[in-house]
Amino acid sequence: MGDSSSPAEARWRQLNTRRRRPLEWLAERVIFAVSLSAIVMVFLIFLFVAKESLPVFTGGVDSALVQPVRPVEDFDRLSRAELQAYLGLSDAEFARKDDETLRLLMEVKAEAQDEIPAEFREDKDARLNTAQWRYLLLPYQWTGYDAPAFIWQPISLIHKYNIVPLFIGSLKATLVALVFAVPLSVAAAIYVSQLAHPRLKEWLKPAIEMLAGIPSVVAGFFALIVMATVLEAPISAVAGWLGLPSSRLNALVAGLALGFAIIPVVFSIAEDALTSVPRSYVQGALALGASKWKAAWQIVLPAALPGVFAAVILGFGRAIGETMIVLMASGNASIVSWNIFDSTRTITATIAAELAEAVFGGHHYRMLFMLGTLLFIVTFASNFLADLVIHRLKARLEGRA
Amino acid sequence: MALLAAAVFEQAVSRRVSTPVKPNSPLTMKLRSLTLGLLLAGLAAAQAGDITMKGSDTLVVLAQKWAEEYMAKNPEAKIQVTGGGSGVGLAALQNKTTDLANSSRKIRAKEIESCIKAFGKRPTEYKVALDGLSVYVSADNPVEALSLPQLEAIFTGRIRNWKDVGGPDAPITVYSRENSSGTYEFFKEHVLGGKDFTASAQTMPGTAAVLQAVAKDKHGIGYGGAAYGAGAKHLKVSKEDGSEPIEPNEETVVSGKYPIWRHLFIYVNPAQDTGDIGKFLRWIRSDTGQELVKEIGYYPLPKNLRAAI
Repeated sequence: MGDSSSPAEARWRQLNTRRRRPLEWLAERVIFAVSLSAIVMVFLIFLFVAKESLPVFTGGVDSALVQPVRPVEDFDRLSRAELQAYLGLSDAEFARKDDETLRLLMEVKAEAQDEIPAEFREDKDARLNTAQWRYLLLPYQWTGYDAPAFIWQPISLIHKYNIVPLFIGSLKATLVALVFAVPLSVAAAIYVSQLAHPRLKEWLKPAIEMLAGIPSVVAGFFALIVMATVLEAPISAVAGWLGLPSSRLNALVAGLALGFAIIPVVFSIAEDALTSVPRSYVQGALALGASKWKAAWQIVLPAALPGVFAAVILGFGRAIGETMIVLMASGNASIVSWNIFDSTRTITATIAAELAEAVFGGHHYRMLFMLGTLLFIVTFASNFLADLVIHRLKARLEGRA
Repeated sequence: MALLAAAVFEQAVSRRVSTPVKPNSPLTMKLRSLTLGLLLAGLAAAQAGDITMKGSDTLVVLAQKWAEEYMAKNPEAKIQVTGGGSGVGLAALQNKTTDLANSSRKIRAKEIESCIKAFGKRPTEYKVALDGLSVYVSADNPVEALSLPQLEAIFTGRIRNWKDVGGPDAPITVYSRENSSGTYEFFKEHVLGGKDFTASAQTMPGTAAVLQAVAKDKHGIGYGGAAYGAGAKHLKVSKEDGSEPIEPNEETVVSGKYPIWRHLFIYVNPAQDTGDIGKFLRWIRSDTGQELVKEIGYYPLPKNLRAAI
């Protein structure tokens, strides 16, 4: 992060010129390996998630309802290669199967097609591969709908995998959480780091950070039972006044609960950043006749802004990846609407709720992993962006650019 | 993520347990009892002679009851029951990590295919109980009965106001289940005729949550097991507009007069359907096993589907 010839590096070099005992050397290596394992773990998880979702990106998933069928009587007429492709078997799998099993597989494939109700077989959408990107991102007029729409209905004879409602749902809940939590936690950070009496600070800081200790399932349960009930009447009154529809569980309730989950993250990092501003800044301002409040607001906050920005971005990452609270408190209806009084379905809640029942290796399963990959990319990109901005801001503040 | 981690962990554990260890070393014994204490489920899956059941959350309480009673009568039998969802159970059947897969829905073609790929045969299907699905509304709602076509229109979003079905002039709030639920799928297939639920339907994590939401929402409507009840009103349902509305209860569900009911299933690899497992399956479908179904709140199989022991 810092300069290459930082004092930290000089100190490290000074400490490491002394001869170390073998046991210490070993301990150091072990600790290094352990800390490395975290990075390796993240990398492996990403690799796994990406591998499972790869067919979606390469177009190797076919979710069309009606597939071409070869009756079992064709068994002898198909070449071995054709048969293998038709049954979708890998070379190793194919080599291990005897003819009887292969026939059985053909039979089941034909049966699956026979089970499709007649009216769906003739549907205009029955032969569409709905796992193509244009159906994932653009509205489409499915049979039975009055207009083109973004529809997420994976368990359906014709699988509809539009991810737009889920993205909007995630963003909506996250934005509500940030709008609620950021001013609160930044204000608290300014107060605790600059204005509060040291004795008050001593218990205020751990008390706010203790919020992080609330398990998210408990926060979700609280939102579902208490917050939703308390807020029901005011929300429906406000929504009615604005002429908007509302429901008991909605993006606002979920976002507020989510806000409580990110307050400790944002507060803690912002407070650290504010505290790390050199004391001399404040002393200088005070010496020039500024009030304590003015010094905090006009000197310390601007100086610590990169840190505060990092806190907000990390809060964003935490909020968009949080699952349990939104799963319980958001109502989970997959609709496209920016109305915060409507119920909302997030990406994380979708993955959590649907993965357990998805057929392993099927298109629904792949689609959920694709969502996981996108989520991973979004959080990674936002963290990267935050880092970039912080560096530039820092350079500017230090007068290097 | 947690789910995946758990699955990977479990796999790692069962692999570890299946490697031969010297039985007499006190350290291994100690280690083993430690593992046993911590990871009973993973260990039991690997032990021979035990029966494992995995799958549907709808069936998990009933399966536990069966296991308890059966073990009380046959002390040599050991039965492990886990939930997780019908899909999880059927996936475990393909991976041979469970003996019996509990399912609240019929197995899908894709899953049969994987089973054939894994063990060369179709899994055997056993119907083990009946379940009636009720439609719930708030106790304050004056509507007493709806027909299947009306239900379809409400749940697909074509009817959005209670006054269109003889209720007050108020918008209908639709409560549904997560699409991973067997109940959701059943309702979609048999009441909505395969059409999509309205996008504005709120999805609840379980039948109890649906019931609670409907009890609190004067204009709500939801669906779920007939056995659940307190707090909301169960509607009478008629097959067609104008035909006689039927109240869901044991008599009407078992006779098939009440129109929304389903079977609950257990799937097994036919090669394993012998010995202890076969005996247990027959016992479940015997008169004794079916008596317990009623205690849990589902409905017993009609006599002609039961097994004789």
